[in-house]
Amino acid sequence: MSKRVLLGLLLACGLTAPALAQAPKTGGTINAVIQPEPPGLMLAQIQNGPTQMVSGNIFEGLLRYSPKLEPQPELAESWSVSEDAKTYTFKLKKGVTWHDGKPFTAADVLFSIEMLKQTHARARNNLAQVEKVEAPDDHTVVFTLKQPFGPFLGIFEVGSMPMVPKHLYEGTDWKTNPYNNAPVGTGPFMFKEWQKGSFIRLVKNPNYHEKGKPYLDEIYWQVIPDAAARSVAYETGKVDVLPGGSVENFDVPRLSKLKDTCVTGAGWEFFSPLAWLWLNNRQGPLADKRVRQAIMYAIDRDFAKDVIWNGLGKVATGPSASTIKYYTDDVKKYPYDPAKAKALLKEAGYKGEKIRMQPLAYGETWQRWGEAVKQNLQDVGMTIETIATDVAGGNQKIADWDYDIAFTYLYQYGDPALGVGRNYVSSAIAKGQVFNNVEGYSNPEIDKLFAEGAIATPDSKRKEIYEKAQKILVEDVPVAWMLELQFPTIMRCKVKNLITTGIGVNDGFKDAWLDK
Amino acid sequence: MLSFVAQRVVKGVIVLLAIVVLNFFLIRLAPGDPAVVMAGEAGASDQVFVKQLKEKFGLDKPLPEQLFIYVKGVVTLDLGFSFRQQAPVAKLIGERLPATLLLTLTAFAISLALGILFGTFAARFAGTFLDTGITVFALIFYAMPIFWVALMGILLFSVTFDWLPSFGYDTVGGNYTGLAHAIDVGKHLIMPAMTLGLFFMATYTRMTRASMLEVKRLDFVKTARAKGLSDAVIQRRHVLRNALLPVVTLAGVHSGTLIGGAVITETVFAWPGIGRLMYDALLQRDYNLLLGVFVICSAMVLIFNLITDLVYRLVDPRIEFAS
Repeated sequence: MSKRVLLGLLLACGLTAPALAQAPKTGGTINAVIQPEPPGLMLAQIQNGPTQMVSGNIFEGLLRYSPKLEPQPELAESWSVSEDAKTYTFKLKKGVTWHDGKPFTAADVLFSIEMLKQTHARARNNLAQVEKVEAPDDHTVVFTLKQPFGPFLGIFEVGSMPMVPKHLYEGTDWKTNPYNNAPVGTGPFMFKEWQKGSFIRLVKNPNYHEKGKPYLDEIYWQVIPDAAARSVAYETGKVDVLPGGSVENFDVPRLSKLKDTCVTGAGWEFFSPLAWLWLNNRQGPLADKRVRQAIMYAIDRDFAKDVIWNGLGKVATGPSASTIKYYTDDVKKYPYDPAKAKALLKEAGYKGEKIRMQPLAYGETWQRWGEAVKQNLQDVGMTIETIATDVAGGNQKIADWDYDIAFTYLYQYGDPALGVGRNYVSSAIAKGQVFNNVEGYSNPEIDKLFAEGAIATPDSKRKEIYEKAQKILVEDVPVAWMLELQFPTIMRCKVKNLITTGIGVNDGFKDAWLDK
Repeated sequence: MLSFVAQRVVKGVIVLLAIVVLNFFLIRLAPGDPAVVMAGEAGASDQVFVKQLKEKFGLDKPLPEQLFIYVKGVVTLDLGFSFRQQAPVAKLIGERLPATLLLTLTAFAISLALGILFGTFAARFAGTFLDTGITVFALIFYAMPIFWVALMGILLFSVTFDWLPSFGYDTVGGNYTGLAHAIDVGKHLIMPAMTLGLFFMATYTRMTRASMLEVKRLDFVKTARAKGLSDAVIQRRHVLRNALLPVVTLAGVHSGTLIGGAVITETVFAWPGIGRLMYDALLQRDYNLLLGVFVICSAMVLIFNLITDLVYRLVDPRIEFAS
């Protein structure tokens, strides 16, 4: 084929591409699975995963984020940052109303921030650098920071900072406010009905501020507690969307092959779930860095990815997932090398002392993973005792530092200052809480780097700092990083544009439409 | 009889209070703290947040004070507030109770009816092929785990034949009313009720069979036979009636536990009942909700025990109420 013909063909394809891109069609219902059933839908007060998945349709934040985690307009139509990176000015979109018809204004933003400081631990941490928030007019909000805070523009998605209607919550007891059970937001869908244990029904917001959206008439979130039954519900056509994590991973390849089924791993870039083993650095053999390194060499993480997770995900290289800012793979590598692990254990003087290992009680995949890791560690001569608990009991043990090795996975929220540092800095060592620095790792240099990284400017400086921190951490192995998890979303191919941002199905279905 | 009932009710209330106090301490013995669970789910856990949650739900108060507050509530029929679901416990249980009662009572009726029927046949034709067939049939359902029977049922009747819905209480978005709704719920009910019912059926079948064979050997049956009564009359009027006492006892015990005993069936079939509510509350250490379900379940056991005692009297008039 001559170059000219090839060019012609390419051009032809390029020219026809826009014609192929379909215009969204309006109408229709999506049936999606929600697992587990959310305890409530008031996102400002309840921040667990299922709550955000449903309420991400009802409430909105000031911004949303692209798959590359660039900020995009939502309730704020534009924003600017001052020269000294301490003042952020948001211009709010005009003509936005709450589902009850009242206008959304800057006063709601101010009220939401005050409420979230009391009800939303992550928002409070994110807002710690904020000195004051002001509303010079109804459609402008100005945040003044105590000092520059690098990830500041990354804290405004709906789950991290949902906007709450001031007129319905001000002066009430937030805990028992009736609108907790019939939430009112500004989002593309409105709460209609919740039959506990069965389904949650959302309907189209006809006055949504983005003209023409949403395209769907309604969404049913169906509660099906058993993983096998969820798979069957999809197979028999009762549900159209299985959001990431809805079915056991071993069912994903089978369901993916069903007719008219599309699968995507997109939409988790903001959360970037990273799985690792907590290693209690305080006591016993694990206090020795060489034993911790031996654990990294002893575990066959490719096997875990390919067999236990059915090829989904990616072997982790360190404390940051590859999808978040300032990630580097230019760090010490730990390939599967049992001989090296044995040598390191010998060098450290490990003599077969018993080590307790706590798998994560999140279903079959995690149980199998626990078994595989136990076998890997036993193969290099470690004595492992599996501790069986449920999630609550397991969390308590971890919070009380009463463990040696424990499985976990955590979200990273797009920036090392938001979702990475909390697990490694000394100031995050606090008994009685989970998901902080429960391993007890303490390194003044790491403390300094994370403290500097959060406030450094420009971006290149932050990059340099976080890359250095990653190198040190990977050398020290405070925890054993396993996999960047992938939670594929399975859906009928007729469902279009379901995932358009880095927050995915947790960001609402306002762009989604059905190709009927 | 009235004084008998009154006496039993008073005893029942005392037992119920003792159960409340015992359970209050028992569930707190399990590792895991509701505030830590909730903070964990929030994706952030700092001391201030955990402290705030504990204060919000009164978990920071000394245990005896928490117990006093709870018992005071129960006495005034207030089952408290669910930490996690942010709603009154009585409301949460009330929403789920009808579905559970529908499922468990249907299953109970199926198990009892089929169990007594099969047991009677097995006893009547003891030692024959029919007897062996019934015994094997009953034991198969008793021996197989409920979740397995449930999943196989789904595979066969929902996936392969597409006769019955695989999950839920009714068709989501079906908007049926009246009779159409009742039929819709009925279709959804068949598989879970049969799964649960067939499991319990086995015990009634075996119990009825054994009890009838024992009664058949007694002298009064010989007398009845000597009187020239037909075999059918002897079986029905003399043998079965006398053989039912142990079955009634067993049914009484079962019926009380049916409320909370359908966790697996409710989970596999996504049936929105109490069993699921209790299971979730346990995993999340939602103390008030869990205690609330326990109170209701215990009350049910006590009520059904009382009913069982009354039914004894009907089945066997020789039993008198000790007052």
